[in-house]
Amino acid sequence: MEKINFDQLQEELYHEKLPNGLNVYILPKKGFNKTFATFTTKYGSIDNHFVPLGKEEYVKVPDGIAHFLEHKLFEKEDGDVFQQFSKQGASANAFTSFTRTAYLFSSTSDVEKNLETLVDFVQDPYFSEKTVEKEKGIIGQEITMYDDNPDWRLYFGLIQNLYQNHPVKIDIAGTIESISHITKDLLYECYNTFYHPSNMLLFIVGPVDPNKFMDQVRENQAKKQYKEMPEIQRKFEDEPVQTAQPKQVLEMNVQTSKCLIGMKALHVDQTGPELLKNELTMNVLLDLLFGKSSENYNQLYNEGLIDETFSYDYTQEQGFGFAMVGGDTENPDKLADQLKNMLFQAKNGTTFTEEQLERAKKKKIGAFLRAVNSPEYIANQFTRYAFNDMNLFDVVPTLEKITMDDIKTMASEVISEERFSVCQVIPKK
Amino acid sequence: MDSTAEKITNMQGYKLHVIETDKYKTNTFVWKMKAPLTKEDVTKRALLPQVLQSSSAKYPTTTALRSYLDELYGATLFIDLAKKGEYHIISFTLEIANENFLSDRTPLLKKGFELLSEVLTKPNVTGNAFDQETVNKEKRTLKQRIQSVYDDKMRYSNVRLLQEMCKGEPYALQVNGEAEDVDSITPENLYEYFKKAFSEDEMDLYVIGDVNEDEVKSIAESLLKFDDRTPQKAVSTETPKKEKENEVKEQQDVKQGKLNIGYRTNIVYGDSDYFALQLFNGIFGGFSHSKLFINVREKASLAYYVSSRLESHKGLMMVMSGIDLKNYDQAVGIIRDQLEAMKKGDFSDQELIQTKAVIRNQILETIDTSRGLTEILYHNVVASKDIKLEQWINDMEKTTKEEIVAVANKIELDTIYFLTGSEAVK
Repeated sequence: MEKINFDQLQEELYHEKLPNGLNVYILPKKGFNKTFATFTTKYGSIDNHFVPLGKEEYVKVPDGIAHFLEHKLFEKEDGDVFQQFSKQGASANAFTSFTRTAYLFSSTSDVEKNLETLVDFVQDPYFSEKTVEKEKGIIGQEITMYDDNPDWRLYFGLIQNLYQNHPVKIDIAGTIESISHITKDLLYECYNTFYHPSNMLLFIVGPVDPNKFMDQVRENQAKKQYKEMPEIQRKFEDEPVQTAQPKQVLEMNVQTSKCLIGMKALHVDQTGPELLKNELTMNVLLDLLFGKSSENYNQLYNEGLIDETFSYDYTQEQGFGFAMVGGDTENPDKLADQLKNMLFQAKNGTTFTEEQLERAKKKKIGAFLRAVNSPEYIANQFTRYAFNDMNLFDVVPTLEKITMDDIKTMASEVISEERFSVCQVIPKK
Repeated sequence: MDSTAEKITNMQGYKLHVIETDKYKTNTFVWKMKAPLTKEDVTKRALLPQVLQSSSAKYPTTTALRSYLDELYGATLFIDLAKKGEYHIISFTLEIANENFLSDRTPLLKKGFELLSEVLTKPNVTGNAFDQETVNKEKRTLKQRIQSVYDDKMRYSNVRLLQEMCKGEPYALQVNGEAEDVDSITPENLYEYFKKAFSEDEMDLYVIGDVNEDEVKSIAESLLKFDDRTPQKAVSTETPKKEKENEVKEQQDVKQGKLNIGYRTNIVYGDSDYFALQLFNGIFGGFSHSKLFINVREKASLAYYVSSRLESHKGLMMVMSGIDLKNYDQAVGIIRDQLEAMKKGDFSDQELIQTKAVIRNQILETIDTSRGLTEILYHNVVASKDIKLEQWINDMEKTTKEEIVAVANKIELDTIYFLTGSEAVK
């Protein structure tokens, strides 16, 4: 077990890679009641085209299957794992993203038992035709719930504008039609391919003794038989740099319009420190352009084009990435035009002062401190970073090194007409 | 549980609550203002904090104020509104980095304190009026916020349930005020209201973090002073007795129906059976091991979400679920059956033990965050009680099955609200 110290943050992180390939991280947190643990596989909605374990040919699986699998893993022959957790005073949950499926619990007592339950239930699937059919009704309701949600439709509409081929454009839960093709055999095929310990990461954060917990996990894993796993073969069609379409307007049962603009990322082959720097630089650029202290924000707010729902974000992973800016608005076309202008002014050399840059960096550093108050944030983000070969605790030192030149280069390279798109939700007539 | 050791001091015009703990990397201030919910004031109270947080005398534009917050290592300042019982509560939260975790060790606590006090007490005012432009902008934002409830069908159906269920009671008012009352607010009458609120509201300041009580007290003394007051109590309205259950169906263009059911629990925070009510809610619908989740979702496969929650000061319980339009009768039937089962004591010791464990865990987890801790402690202010957290947990754990059955028999279904698509309404 290695120990990594983060002096500035006064944190210690313990790590071990077990013989079966599982990466285990433990971060002791003094003073907290709660222990939070996530058990995550590097398998999400985009992993829909791959060579199943033990086979040679690529297969394409139905949209929404990773999320379906997440639901079904909670059900066992003798009942529901939620029951087990609540008997042990824990609350459990799970989520599926584009690139990950995470199972988690938090508890303030019986932590050893809960950890055992978490690891064991994820590593012991039980799928039957009957329970798979039953789940289709439940997930069908989850899908219709999102269909009625204008913010979700706006977000996915924009991703679909930006991406022509990449499966990031597929809704994580799939559609009622696509999930109707899911069978227990397909679930086992996905499970066996992606839930091998060498494709997974266990993170524990809370008032815990790292030696004791590492022993427990080591022992638990030693009891289970896993064969050596060949590298997973995933396939992604080539994605052009251009967007799929420049604009999409959705009519929905709403009173207030919504507008989101997006910029498709470049350099999506990046990993590690390079990716970390790229992602942070883009986020600092967005802060300079659209943060509450920016002139742009003030202008848009004064003109009545944005309100408190206005937000922006940049995210990038291996194979895809996008910046998004927008929110509710009384005038979606005017807002789209103004945001676009502001972006292109930045490309063509809007100058920021060193003072503004320093302030934006300070703001991000403070936000990071606030975030690491949260065990959930640490576990989820650490895992996301680790799957992209980055280290969460490099955020502050990387931020400190961002220069004005980095910002300028970013603006001039990434912002481009062919990678720009708009999505709007407007009231149905 | 040492971190909840709350030290309370009576200050001039408000109470100071200090919680010293070293578990966070930031320090948090929460300023709370409480007054009875009234139609007359609710919209002004929603607008006021928005105006105050957008600029001040020293930072007369949003850009200036927000730049200063960024400068303080991205200190966050945000406002929040809540209804607790028949009270309307405004909260200002300022969270600022603890410089011990920064390479730059300039002390930040006092600067954060000064900024909070600037925002609360030194607004951007000309004569006897707030800045006109600021008020206009914030009125527009408030209108949009009120309107946006319509677009989020889960929130919308909850608001509609309360409007139907609590007709004629202050609790039916929306937390963000009423759209039709926004226009009549002026920079003058809002400034008038600002003075009134700061002289009449019950006010509390929570400071949580790696702080020293004496230091906090002396800074608070020098920065925040108001007139002493006797806070107004909400007039407790008799719940109008309904002859029969109220059923309301509303039609809109939606794919999923939203089913919201409101009950009167006839129990509020501070009552001797309040903890039994908490357990009732936990067994009935609060968690993923509860009867609603098991029967509506897992067994009948009718819903993705189905749960119940309590309003502790008004004495309400709300069930919410999203279902297919055609399954209305079946879903309502199953939910009714679960309440009947509770009334008959049809739940196992196992369910009771399980629920106690989960609630205990939930409380301990909530107090791990400064916000959650503040909310738990603030219950005592709202209800004028002094229930310690330890007592809360102990009383909850001592609760018997008989007490829970007694609670179940006090609960009355009041209103069923269903937001439905076009094809389902005959």
